[in-house]
Amino acid sequence: MAVSEVRGAEAVVGLLSDRVIKTRVPKSYRVRELDERLRMERTRAEAKIISEARRLGIPTPIVYDIHEFSLEMERIWGEPIKHVISLGLSRSAGVLVGRLHRGGLIHGDLTTSNMIVKDDRIYLIDFGLSYWDMTLESRGVDVHVYYQTLISSHENHKELMAAFADGYRSSFPGAEEVLRRVKEIEYRGRYKVETL
Amino acid sequence: MQSTRVLGIEGTAWSLSAAIVDRDKVYAEASHPYVPETGGIHPMAAAQHHANHVARIIRQTLDSGHSFDGVAFSQGPGLGPCLRTVATAARALSLAYDVPLIGVNHCVAHIEVGRWQTGCHDPVVLYVSGANSQVLAFRRGRYRIFGETLDIGIGNALDKFGRHLGLQHPGGPKIEALAKEGTSYIDLPYVVKGMDLSFSGMMSAAKEAAAKHSKEDVCFSLQENAFAMLVEVTERALAHTGKGEVLIGGGVGANMRLQAMLEAMCTDRGARFYAPPRRYFGDNGAMIAYTGLLQLEHDMTLDVSDSAVNPTFRPDEVDIPWL
Repeated sequence: MAVSEVRGAEAVVGLLSDRVIKTRVPKSYRVRELDERLRMERTRAEAKIISEARRLGIPTPIVYDIHEFSLEMERIWGEPIKHVISLGLSRSAGVLVGRLHRGGLIHGDLTTSNMIVKDDRIYLIDFGLSYWDMTLESRGVDVHVYYQTLISSHENHKELMAAFADGYRSSFPGAEEVLRRVKEIEYRGRYKVETL
Repeated sequence: MQSTRVLGIEGTAWSLSAAIVDRDKVYAEASHPYVPETGGIHPMAAAQHHANHVARIIRQTLDSGHSFDGVAFSQGPGLGPCLRTVATAARALSLAYDVPLIGVNHCVAHIEVGRWQTGCHDPVVLYVSGANSQVLAFRRGRYRIFGETLDIGIGNALDKFGRHLGLQHPGGPKIEALAKEGTSYIDLPYVVKGMDLSFSGMMSAAKEAAAKHSKEDVCFSLQENAFAMLVEVTERALAHTGKGEVLIGGGVGANMRLQAMLEAMCTDRGARFYAPPRRYFGDNGAMIAYTGLLQLEHDMTLDVSDSAVNPTFRPDEVDIPWL
């Protein structure tokens, strides 16, 4: 059983052949009570959001088990869409994000590394920064983050963005307003999540 | 040849302060802070205070005998009446001495004075004051805002809670002292949305908690909660940008518990933590003068006719050609 580890700002993800184990690590700067409360709440919230996203028709890893500070999830063996991006895949990503937003969820880290293609389906992964929110700003920033990753890594980002917007419109009635907000966010030059 | 010097005037809110600096040092500084008789800052009363005292503090810096090659003023963000008062003084000085006028962004000035005083180069910045709570970092020519408060600034939140406890303005330092005596943590709302923060729900809950628990414990819990939120967003920005330095600035930055938490986070991540000397945390004329000097060196000056104040001036509107 090959195990490797990925370390993020908040959690350590152990990669096993059939599953991943995501553990939220303690932070030495927080008082213990608060630290444990946050890690526990967030672990549960993430599991809940993953199943809510599935209910909204978005392929996600299956959650196998919830522990105090960790989640055991299905390992999706596929390619991050950043390696295999096409107009069709970008459009499909738009459809999924539209469903997510329509259901009142924000992913919080919509990079092309957090979208995995397996058997022609896109799986959304890493809901660690996700939350419930229906505001234009949150939705706009969600889309903006995706656009930023396209701009930074793909020559034909304009077409890829248009394809995404097309899919997003098809699954989310409020899309037009959000896409207008995305333009404003770009204009402000403000980005909350930096992606490489 | 004498080095280039700039006279800077700060007056965005409570602080009224003027200073003359060059690249190396502060040659003269005079301040006369506005202290409200009751409650918090009243914008008109603060502006009236600034109008009454600005000529005198400028006179004091001029009496030091040091000349200057430009006049910088805090153009925003801040309270409109205060900004206009100080801008008027700066314009008059610029015309009378026939030197360039420089409009400085107050947030950028907090960052630049921190870089100047600590020697850090390209940090993730936690800027925490009465009205502002922002996490910034340099990217593509400007200081970009990675996260910020969605409602009130952390200093404002602390001051409001301090008034609820009957403490005199500003409440922050008194809350810090009380918190040292606190021992048990009381659950309070912890609101981090993506990279943004919200403090108003936490304040309401703290006020309710104050009816049931000792004020020492509530102050302790309030600090632990609010500062953990700020440090968490700073940590995320550090992880996203891959930078190796963290700088703290703004009045609330003087809080030693907040500094200790940031330092602990930096140690865990292998980053270096920088805090300027205490006198540079609160709003001061030297930070405006020094940032004005950087701008003057890059011809970022203003015509008087184009020098309107901007109460909602954001740091990411300013080009930073010197970094």
